[in-house]
Amino acid sequence: MARRVSIFVTCVIDQMFPQVGLAMADVLERAGCEIDFREAQTCCGQPAFNTGYRDEARQVAKHFAAVFNDAETIVVPSGSCAAMIGHHFAELFDTGESPFHGRVFEFSQFLTDVLGVEDFGARCDAVATYHDSCHSLRELKIKSGPRKLLAQVRGLELREMDAVEECCGFGGTFSVKFANVSGAMARTKIDAIIKTGADTLISADSSCLMQMRGALSRAGSSVRTMHLAEVLASR
Amino acid sequence: MPDAYKQQIKDTVGDPRLQIAIYNNTGRLVENRKSVVSTEALPGYQGLRDQGHAIKKHTLDHLDHYLELAEKNITARGGKVVYARDSAEACEWIAQLAEKRGVKLLVKSKSMTTEEIELNHALEKRGVEAVETDLGEYILQLNDEKPYHIIAPALHKTRFDVADIFERKLGGAREVVPEKQTQIARRVLREKFLAAGIGVTGANFVVADSGAVVVVENEGNARITSSAPKIHIAVAGLEKLIPRAQDLAVFLKLLARSATGQPLSVYTSFLSPPKRSNEQDGPEEFYLLFLDNGRTRLLADEGKRESLYCIRCGACLNHCPVYRKIGGHSYPWVYSGPIGAIITPQFMGLAKDPWLPYASSLCGACAEVCPVKIDIPKHLLTLRHEVTEMRTREGQNRLEKLAFRLWSYAMRHPRLYESLGKLAAGAAPNPANEAWIKKLPSLLHRGPVAAWLSERDLPPSPAKSFREQWRERQERRHNA
Repeated sequence: MARRVSIFVTCVIDQMFPQVGLAMADVLERAGCEIDFREAQTCCGQPAFNTGYRDEARQVAKHFAAVFNDAETIVVPSGSCAAMIGHHFAELFDTGESPFHGRVFEFSQFLTDVLGVEDFGARCDAVATYHDSCHSLRELKIKSGPRKLLAQVRGLELREMDAVEECCGFGGTFSVKFANVSGAMARTKIDAIIKTGADTLISADSSCLMQMRGALSRAGSSVRTMHLAEVLASR
Repeated sequence: MPDAYKQQIKDTVGDPRLQIAIYNNTGRLVENRKSVVSTEALPGYQGLRDQGHAIKKHTLDHLDHYLELAEKNITARGGKVVYARDSAEACEWIAQLAEKRGVKLLVKSKSMTTEEIELNHALEKRGVEAVETDLGEYILQLNDEKPYHIIAPALHKTRFDVADIFERKLGGAREVVPEKQTQIARRVLREKFLAAGIGVTGANFVVADSGAVVVVENEGNARITSSAPKIHIAVAGLEKLIPRAQDLAVFLKLLARSATGQPLSVYTSFLSPPKRSNEQDGPEEFYLLFLDNGRTRLLADEGKRESLYCIRCGACLNHCPVYRKIGGHSYPWVYSGPIGAIITPQFMGLAKDPWLPYASSLCGACAEVCPVKIDIPKHLLTLRHEVTEMRTREGQNRLEKLAFRLWSYAMRHPRLYESLGKLAAGAAPNPANEAWIKKLPSLLHRGPVAAWLSERDLPPSPAKSFREQWRERQERRHNA
């Protein structure tokens, strides 16, 4: 029987990068999952939580909790939102543990750790470099999984960049509250990306990708950005 | 956020020479640390962090007990323990002692706590000359600057900057070779050591069960500061206590490794002054000045108490991508970087610099390297919450509060969320460039979109959201 997976596509992907959500659904279906997309979903509340507006964040988190209350497995194409739901909901609801702890997974984590599948028969002709997004890396301890997945992609050569674990500078409202600092951080990051000679930047968080893509574009670079799900869905 | 800090940040980010100095110097410390905390170099490193955290927790949870024990042991061997509520009290006490003993010259070794209380300026006003004897601190004192970094105060200075400062302040030939510069400083400072009536050091640790003061350094100047003058004053924050000498087996392994990547600092001094009757050297009088200055306020807050566990290694600064861009002088207090961003508002009160907890991308690199496992991002988030509560009470954030309330409302009403999304997508530029924002009324030029575009481009807005495309996808499948 197909495994039923509820997807939370995140507000950023829903509104800005819908192709990532579709790619994630394709990959999950290819792995034999049955997709459940709940239309009432919106955001996890992180923007308000990280800015200090906990009441407003809690209301949104409660909405999320109502929508996904009975979901057995929730897969999220963002380490940041997955960490918000799996970890920080505990602080908002003042419970020892998030009610979603253990049933919410970042996309790559679900593939490697839960399904145990690394090869999705993808083909993507690219010289690529992979950015560890901070929340995937440090809150969810995701490091080798995405690289294992990328190693199975035909036509893809992966080159590690310098200071790969350094933040891209996005940081939610930080990116506009301290725009010049955030921009300087992004430029340091894209220098490292460009230095690898890669033509494609891959990450598993669309917000980080939006930041680096914006900086690459501003610098006149032709390096393209792809979410890990898009790479794995490529044929 | 005060304009002065905005300007300081802008100037630092926009100064390529300074950017290279900060990035390379912190980068070197990052690499050094990495090589000595690796599993091969120090197999028990993660366990040591847990132990360090546990010992600090225990000590601060029982601070009253350990303060009394330390005082008893120090008093028993002829030293004296003094408590100062704040900077003013601490400086006043030291100034009065200098006056009573007729001391006009005092030498100091590197100590963040004395920077915190701004001892040098206070003494200067009372006619006492205080001379920094750590090379970095000495360079900055000559140039009248605050430390740029907790362990590397002159991190932002190149040897050419130092040559300029020495030439201007000390005269003599311009010297750009670091070894020669050190000799110049040494010549000046030797005379000061010999003439000084009081030596002031900090304390990396105060060991309660013996009353010993432990000072960790690389230059040997703290040794001379604590032994040559007739009077030694050690200034320590209340949180510097540890229960037993054995606990140093944990902290000394962590401190230098985290700070500079050395297995151990060049000098680790265990000081038990004053000198005994059968001893030749050492100070005749010893005072341990315990400073509160906001620490007990933080101690009362159990949720955030762990900020006091900090052993001032500076690793969080070196690993902080924000510190590495804005540098040490963009922070309002002597404590910079992630640890500064949490302890400044906690020691000084939230109202003073409410912007500070926001100066972080919450990347978590600080917590990952903290030798005593202080969860800095968690405290930044808590402080942000406290700041918004305070600003809401005082009506300082009406627009932002309203924006988040409306946002929260929309996020709880999926249909409204979808309609607003469509509206925004319709207004968004395609292709994205900076020009379109200039067509909007000038009021919006200050908004978040303008702030975003000041540094980066925005991706073109998709024609249809995920949910719209998902519906179509399901419909196609249904019909197929």
